[in-house]
Amino acid sequence: MATAARSIDTQSQADIPHPEAVVVRFAGDSGDGMQLTGGQFTLSSALAGNDFATFPDFPAEIRAPQGTLFGVSAFQINFGASEIDTAGDAPDVLVAMNPAALKTNVKDLKPGGLIIADEGEFNARNLAKAQYDVNPLEDGSLGKWQLVHFNISQLTMDAVKPFGLGNKEALRCKNMWTLGLALWMFDRDREPIIQWLKDKFAKNPVLADANIAALNAGHAYGETAEIGNPGAVAIPRKHVDAAPAEPGLYRTINGADAAAMGLVAGCQLAGVKMFFGGYPITPASSILHALARFKEYGVTTFQAEDEIAAIASAIGASYAGQLGVTSSSGPGIALKTEAIGLAVMTELPLVIVNSQRGGPSTGLPTKTEQSDLYQAVYGRNGDTPLPVIAARSPGDVFDCAIEAVRIATQFMTPVILLTDGYIANAAEPWKVPDMSSYKPFPVSFLDHVPEGGFKPYGRDNKLARPWVKPGTPGLLHRIGGIEKEVDTGHLNYSPANHQAMTDIRKGKVDGIAAHIPAQDVCLGTEGGKLAVVGWGSTFGPIHQAVRRARAKGQDVSHIHVRHIWPMPTNLGDLLRKFDKVIVPEMNTGQFKTVLRDQYLIDAKPLNKVSGQPFRIHEIEAAIEEALA
Amino acid sequence: MNDMTPIQKSSPKDWETDQEVRWCPGCGDYAILKAVQRTMPELGRKPEDTVFISGIGCSSRFPYYMETYGFHTVHGRAPAVATGVKLANPDLDVWIITGDGDALSIGGNHTMHLLRRNLDCQILLFNNEIYGLTKGQYSPTSRVGTKSPSTPFGSVDRPATPCAFALGSGARFVARGFDVSKHLPDVLKAAHAHKGAAFVEIFQNCIVYNKDVFEDFAAPKGAEARQLWLQDGQPMLFDGGNKGIAMDMDTLTLKVVDVANGDWQSAGVIVHNVKNRALAHMLVEMPFGEFPMALGVLYDDPRPTYDSAVVEQNAKLSEGKTPDLQALISKGQTWTVD
Repeated sequence: MATAARSIDTQSQADIPHPEAVVVRFAGDSGDGMQLTGGQFTLSSALAGNDFATFPDFPAEIRAPQGTLFGVSAFQINFGASEIDTAGDAPDVLVAMNPAALKTNVKDLKPGGLIIADEGEFNARNLAKAQYDVNPLEDGSLGKWQLVHFNISQLTMDAVKPFGLGNKEALRCKNMWTLGLALWMFDRDREPIIQWLKDKFAKNPVLADANIAALNAGHAYGETAEIGNPGAVAIPRKHVDAAPAEPGLYRTINGADAAAMGLVAGCQLAGVKMFFGGYPITPASSILHALARFKEYGVTTFQAEDEIAAIASAIGASYAGQLGVTSSSGPGIALKTEAIGLAVMTELPLVIVNSQRGGPSTGLPTKTEQSDLYQAVYGRNGDTPLPVIAARSPGDVFDCAIEAVRIATQFMTPVILLTDGYIANAAEPWKVPDMSSYKPFPVSFLDHVPEGGFKPYGRDNKLARPWVKPGTPGLLHRIGGIEKEVDTGHLNYSPANHQAMTDIRKGKVDGIAAHIPAQDVCLGTEGGKLAVVGWGSTFGPIHQAVRRARAKGQDVSHIHVRHIWPMPTNLGDLLRKFDKVIVPEMNTGQFKTVLRDQYLIDAKPLNKVSGQPFRIHEIEAAIEEALA
Repeated sequence: MNDMTPIQKSSPKDWETDQEVRWCPGCGDYAILKAVQRTMPELGRKPEDTVFISGIGCSSRFPYYMETYGFHTVHGRAPAVATGVKLANPDLDVWIITGDGDALSIGGNHTMHLLRRNLDCQILLFNNEIYGLTKGQYSPTSRVGTKSPSTPFGSVDRPATPCAFALGSGARFVARGFDVSKHLPDVLKAAHAHKGAAFVEIFQNCIVYNKDVFEDFAAPKGAEARQLWLQDGQPMLFDGGNKGIAMDMDTLTLKVVDVANGDWQSAGVIVHNVKNRALAHMLVEMPFGEFPMALGVLYDDPRPTYDSAVVEQNAKLSEGKTPDLQALISKGQTWTVD
């Protein structure tokens, strides 16, 4: 059983409902600090021992005009007493800090769900900005939900009055007031948040004290409302028990941090230093930010002048004997494409992380999508195969990054690691792995002339060519993007040589399939009526949907593919053991097409490209339909 | 195994590969290749510690002919690849070989940032004012009116001045030479001696698509009157010492003055100072015709290099810290399940 690190007031637990899971969405103006509120509520859930998944959803504008519909920033968390794989289909509770937040989010709320609104912000100006003709808090239009509203803005101002802050600064404490109320509602300990505020505002104790006062006031408001303080509105209270979890040390992790740490771990297991070339782009920049602080781990980060220089410098570093890594999102990967071809031609190790976002072109910079699969697998000039791996969750990025480093260095090839905006930003609990349980895969640089002479494009039994560091005497050679001669690597355009080299490059990448784990069925049986095949961040909703369907007695299994290219050798046979195959993906059917092409199976698509992750019920419905 | 034995002093031959050189017969690149191979033994670096990195174009085939490490990259990106090479191994002696299209058109951005950062390397820009490998289109350095397959009625856009571009990008070493010049090895030596990004523009004669475009100053006949070879601490004299460059104090521009009886002082001839950045700007913009072509080391004033700053910061921030991966991944918001 999971045990919270801090004890909870057990007395209160007996009196209040204990639901299995709750979904809460905090929504407000992008300046209201909703992501921070959500982040700290997530920490509180973790400390209470809940399993959880989060979904931060924010606008592309940094400071969108206040009060507007497009300036709404939201953070959703699903926390529960059992396994949680998604951020939840529909919220049970919506905290709306202004009319725009209510308008853009209330339609998602469960019927009968609870709305908590800051009535202080429902003034004529904000109502007009949210395109409300009349105040929805007063016209009965929210009748199918429970509604409580009070003036959070004023209550916050009152709470922080003793600290002499200006109006603007005082109102900034609103999010902590709201968090305090949420902590009370879900029977949580305030102490870790107070400690966090003290640390965060260590240089400005007045701000720390004001925020703590706001937090306490929000909490106290819940308490006094409960005992029927005149003028206060009663707020329902719930306690979600701790989820069972394997013993060990846990932390919250998002995909960007997992990528940074996984890449460091991979390089340590390989015994090479890392060079990271990056260029700022949403949502991939966080990987660069994290790695820039890891200097003592042998990491050099380089913020290049553009995406092309970012990858070109990484290729240069790989040539010089470090592992080059670059990271971007779809549009940036498009710019890197020519250089990826160079890395394939020169057969240098390289890791390319793509945190996918909605496309095409600039598309939806802060929204998630899985529409770069064709780009990863096929998107280059020439016959240019390279391995592609996709992570399924924030924590899984850590292991996928290690796997990418392993394949890149063992096979002398660029590797693309696919994550997405959802994985990059979302947080989940992660059991901190024991690094001694990972098997090292040390690289060996060629440092002498081997028997039979030195061949820069000679091959080992995996078809990998030798990695030679410039500076090594006796092994001088030249590489480049022009077709290489078999073995010698000299320029050679002859027909027979190009055929041979194209076959070798393809054979090398195809051969990786023999060095990756066989495909397993992550839920269900090895054959049956229906397989739901997923890749990447659709793991959560597919897993829950299949679990629910199986609980109803339906013959359906979940297969989740990590190695997108080359695919596990048993995948085709495994898929053929099912009568039907459906492939839910956040694109118009890209992996479905690859599966059809590779295995001639009648895989059916289930597509969603709204910039939002799948909901469980959407996949459940598709399962129902397929089995009908 | 000859490469394994320490070479006391190499000969130009030691820097030649066994690869067949594939430039057009008579191409200026042959002369530059010879000049580089002749210079290398003088520089005190071993072939294995030397890397030639190029982009795409005629000039960019260069690394295949140098018995060193070499990387023929993609069009315009040699500076970016070189940056990764040098940051990964700052001990390597890095040379970038590029052309006018490669460095100033498709790769202009990288050239600018390499110079701005001041990566320790040599950049040899072979300027032939034309795209040779794609069969003769006009380039970013082609003069207005250049007739080419893509500009059959003459180009109408103004050319870039490579050395002015370099100075504007923050270069700390700017020099000029030309393919068949006997002074080219000296220019290359000076570039190598400069710690930091050393930018060398080498006028190169494309005998197929832009033949003799530099003949007006590069031709041996009359060269004395048309070439101003600059030397630090020496007066800016040319035409056998009969002419010099002076400052017109009314307009604050350069002017050509006659020097009588070697008395350059009274003619007001300027003494070249490679650390004078303002002077370098004037020299690179000096219009040829009215003035001689300024050649040699125009500017040389080193500053700390990017690679050394990166190494220094990495070392400083790693000092006293033991990399502990287990501790790293165990940081942050943690809790224990018993």
